[in-house]
Amino acid sequence: MAKTFTNRSLLWAGIRATLPLVASVAPFGMLFGALGGTAGIPPSVTLLMSPVVFAGSAQFISMQLMTGGASAVVLLLTTFVVNLRHALYGLSLAPHMTRLSRGWKWLLAYFMTDETYAVAISRYNQDAADPPSNLHWFYLGSGLTLWSTWQISTLIGLVFGSHIPPSWGLDFAVPLTFIALVVPAIFDRAAVVAALVGGGMAVLLGGLPLKLGLVAAAFTGILAGMAVDLGWFKKRLAASEAVEREP
Amino acid sequence: MSETGLLLVVVGMGVITYGLRAGSLLLAERLPNKAWLRSFLRFVPVAVLSAIIAMELLTPGGTLSVSPLANHRLLAGILAILVAWRTRRILPTVLVGLISLWILQAITF
Repeated sequence: MAKTFTNRSLLWAGIRATLPLVASVAPFGMLFGALGGTAGIPPSVTLLMSPVVFAGSAQFISMQLMTGGASAVVLLLTTFVVNLRHALYGLSLAPHMTRLSRGWKWLLAYFMTDETYAVAISRYNQDAADPPSNLHWFYLGSGLTLWSTWQISTLIGLVFGSHIPPSWGLDFAVPLTFIALVVPAIFDRAAVVAALVGGGMAVLLGGLPLKLGLVAAAFTGILAGMAVDLGWFKKRLAASEAVEREP
Repeated sequence: MSETGLLLVVVGMGVITYGLRAGSLLLAERLPNKAWLRSFLRFVPVAVLSAIIAMELLTPGGTLSVSPLANHRLLAGILAILVAWRTRRILPTVLVGLISLWILQAITF
């Protein structure tokens, strides 16, 4: 029997789990707002982008492209490529949301960011054996927290500029939170391989523009994990041994 | 581009981003229930997050630096990985990582 939680307690749990990321996302949002303020882009464009696009990396890159006078086609294509990884997030979250109504899925899709994906999927996986049926409230709590942080910090950055010294390294809180989420999830050999290959390829391909290196590294890591998990390598070894043994 | 033009582009960017997010979430239910697909989905979070972590730890500021003595973020990150492994909790991991980064920056300046 699944443990039962009220919607409200799960909403709060989602908010609490996301708070460590706020320290990191808020300076990033302020920097984005400040960039819009100094780049000669109309304030309306900066203010509209945070709620309409709601994707940090894509917003930064397109703001820089706009300043350089890029065309609409370039901006739209760039957005597509930079945000391609969200399709992986959607595929990965979907099996945990099969009982959810269409309306909820439309709503939760809007809040899908790197951060909320990381926080939500680790909770879904923790509870995978016996998931509470209202776990989407946890996701919503995380999404709302990040969303409010992003909108408010964009506005503050646009109006007052960004005065947080980079030497504080607050942006480091995002990878640190991801470490806390991913390390406990690496419990078998296949997951170790997926993590090492994904991480190694990301460093090798990190120079590729538009987060393409990240997407390629993720795919390679996933395939490496699958190879161990499904025993592709063993089967092939066994097959070649069988061939060798043939007289 | 005019202000109106830029605003329209922003709306287009929003449609594309939301399309990727909602499209994958809603169309996934039509995918077949196969062992290879379950295995694929299992490794998405581990592979993606490890890739992001590796880039942040090993290429701070965009250049590769594999020496834990020269690269403060790498050493702080390794300490955080040990804390995450031992405690499995977010807050101690983030605090140890951030505070060790500050200490490393302070003692090497």
